[in-house]
Amino acid sequence: MTVPNQVTNIVIAGLGGQGIVTGSDILSGALFKAGYDVKKSEIHGMSQRGGSVCSDIRFGRRVNSPMVPAASADFLVITESTQIEPNRHRLHPKGRMITPDDVPFLFQDDDPKSAAYAARMINVALLGVLSAHLPIEEEVWLEAIRAALSPHLHDMNCRVFLHARRIEQIINGLNSTEGVA
Amino acid sequence: MPDQLLTGNEAVAQAALDGAVALGTGYPGTPSTEILERFGALGGRAQWAPNEKVALEVGLGVAYAHARALVTMKHVGLNVAADPLFSATYTGVTEGLVIAVADDPGMHSSQNEQDTRRYAEAAGAPMLEPGDSQEAYDYTLAALDVSRRYQLPVILRLTTRVCHSKTRVRTRDQLMPAPAPHYERDIPSRVMIPGYARPAHVRLRERLKALANSDQPGQFLVEEGESSELGIIANGIAAVHAREAAPEARILKPGLTYPLPIEAMRKFAAQVKRCVVVEEGDPVLYTALRAAGIDVEGKAEPFRFGELTVDRVAKILTNDHSPDPEPAAPPKPPRLCHDCPHRQVFQILSKHECIVAGDIGCYTLGVMPPFEAMDTCACMGAGITIGLGLRHVLAKDQARRVVSVIGDSTFVHTGLPGIAEMAYNPPPTGHVVIIVDNDTTAMTGKQEHPGTGRQLNHLPAANKLNYEAIALALGVTNVHVVDPTDGSGEFERLLQDRLAAEELSIIVARKPCPLALKGLAKLNQASPSDGSEQK
Repeated sequence: MTVPNQVTNIVIAGLGGQGIVTGSDILSGALFKAGYDVKKSEIHGMSQRGGSVCSDIRFGRRVNSPMVPAASADFLVITESTQIEPNRHRLHPKGRMITPDDVPFLFQDDDPKSAAYAARMINVALLGVLSAHLPIEEEVWLEAIRAALSPHLHDMNCRVFLHARRIEQIINGLNSTEGVA
Repeated sequence: MPDQLLTGNEAVAQAALDGAVALGTGYPGTPSTEILERFGALGGRAQWAPNEKVALEVGLGVAYAHARALVTMKHVGLNVAADPLFSATYTGVTEGLVIAVADDPGMHSSQNEQDTRRYAEAAGAPMLEPGDSQEAYDYTLAALDVSRRYQLPVILRLTTRVCHSKTRVRTRDQLMPAPAPHYERDIPSRVMIPGYARPAHVRLRERLKALANSDQPGQFLVEEGESSELGIIANGIAAVHAREAAPEARILKPGLTYPLPIEAMRKFAAQVKRCVVVEEGDPVLYTALRAAGIDVEGKAEPFRFGELTVDRVAKILTNDHSPDPEPAAPPKPPRLCHDCPHRQVFQILSKHECIVAGDIGCYTLGVMPPFEAMDTCACMGAGITIGLGLRHVLAKDQARRVVSVIGDSTFVHTGLPGIAEMAYNPPPTGHVVIIVDNDTTAMTGKQEHPGTGRQLNHLPAANKLNYEAIALALGVTNVHVVDPTDGSGEFERLLQDRLAAEELSIIVARKPCPLALKGLAKLNQASPSDGSEQK
């Protein structure tokens, strides 16, 4: 991906408690570290009570408004499938939607305890998928994850992030007309 | 310090620290809450007040004593603090007093949309309006400076998108020197009896005039673009939306919006063929400009409601009044947590078909299905007093079903005078007040208050309010404490008994918020030796 001159728009949406705010902090932190002008906007308050939560992230050489305009999201990251329809209108017709279906490996384990663990890392897993499409070095991502989470969560989240990133890189490579080296 | 990516709220807190603010105080309210939390985390002296009026008065005392104060609240909180505000501009201050007020256009978590710019004009308080985090930082420091120079409290008006958006911030390397607090007696300036207040009003107008005529308003003016066709005058976050919606336009953004740099705006408008005012909320700038005889266009009425966006600004500029696009499916509404102790209370109230005078907090969600057990909710503290009004006039059979529900933080905030009123003017059928006490200010993110007995940083406070003792002291003798979740049916029996009794009763339904408990447990785990034992 070339350094974009125009603004790239990302929307992360899901339910209260799914780590939307943390996920958008990791993403905006990584973009900031990578040297972009980045603006992040979110609405929280009543949404803490299990309602819909949504965060807008925009980056480029210069960003004006912190809010993604209607139907302009280049990437729409959804952490819970019931939130697809309420947010679909935000996606650009040529944009890419990323949903829990993109990280099936996260939910393969039948153990309910690890399923609960997996659900808590859905934000980072989906960022891994997203990361394969953004011009940020891998180490910058990992730094951003570490900066946003407490130390005992670092290993687990970095592993999930990289796993999702690798799979997406491979799929993306297969689908790309340019192919990967 | 390298640049940081901060929310507007975090930037205000950083500026308060760099501006040597001696005390930060306020009452939590979305979207303003994180300012004080961050200020405290950065090492500033930060504390929660029982309500906004108290916070402003404490801040005013700090600023009378040659020290700097930051007072934070949301727009509806300023209504509570309006009484001291209108006198604070008369008395003035000796150092800096900055009142950070966060408006919530679009009502993401508020009971109304109100435009705090009206208060600046009404009370005669200078107002600065940042549009991003950098400006939130710069303007907080500037507000401290303007406050000291003109000896007036200054309102820093934020909006939801400024508070909760993260943008790049460059902080100052040089910190403001901290003043040495001391007291100088100045009775005519500080005691607002009519004889002293009359000259104080004249003095206030003189100070505002001096500020308006100084170089200050011009210092906060940002002008961009060369167009001679389209000019846009926009404040705060509206200016960045406008920049994006009309990249070719010439934009004038006043940072000081009271008093307005009206002559500079007149000059700007004369340089373009068409000049449009783009502002969120009420047409405040538009009205001021038109009153000054400046030929500008405003926005159509539909754009008074809700937040502005780039799309909506583009519509204002093209006079497009078509309705905004709606999502295919509505977002999921908020509701009470599955393990919330308030659930049982609302189930019982619903079952007994009570007429519930509610209040502001998490428990307002008792209005949602499946409970639908809330009939009124106007403002903080109104649950008790509106319940009394209903009891006074309803026929007996209906009056006996009226119950007031109020949370613990709200009870301390403005519920106490309601209990005084209840004891003083009891309705013929008595009344029942339920304090749903979950030991936190859950709605805004689990903040402390005088009833939790913990300070802003969650460490033990000097005292903890005892609601039962307060009720008894105010003259209400029927006070009962019950855990509504214990499964014994005690709460339901008590409610029925008290409704039938035709007396004044207070039921404290006490059970801590599970979310807050989890947070406190984590805190204890993270720093087991913290607090008094720290070396």
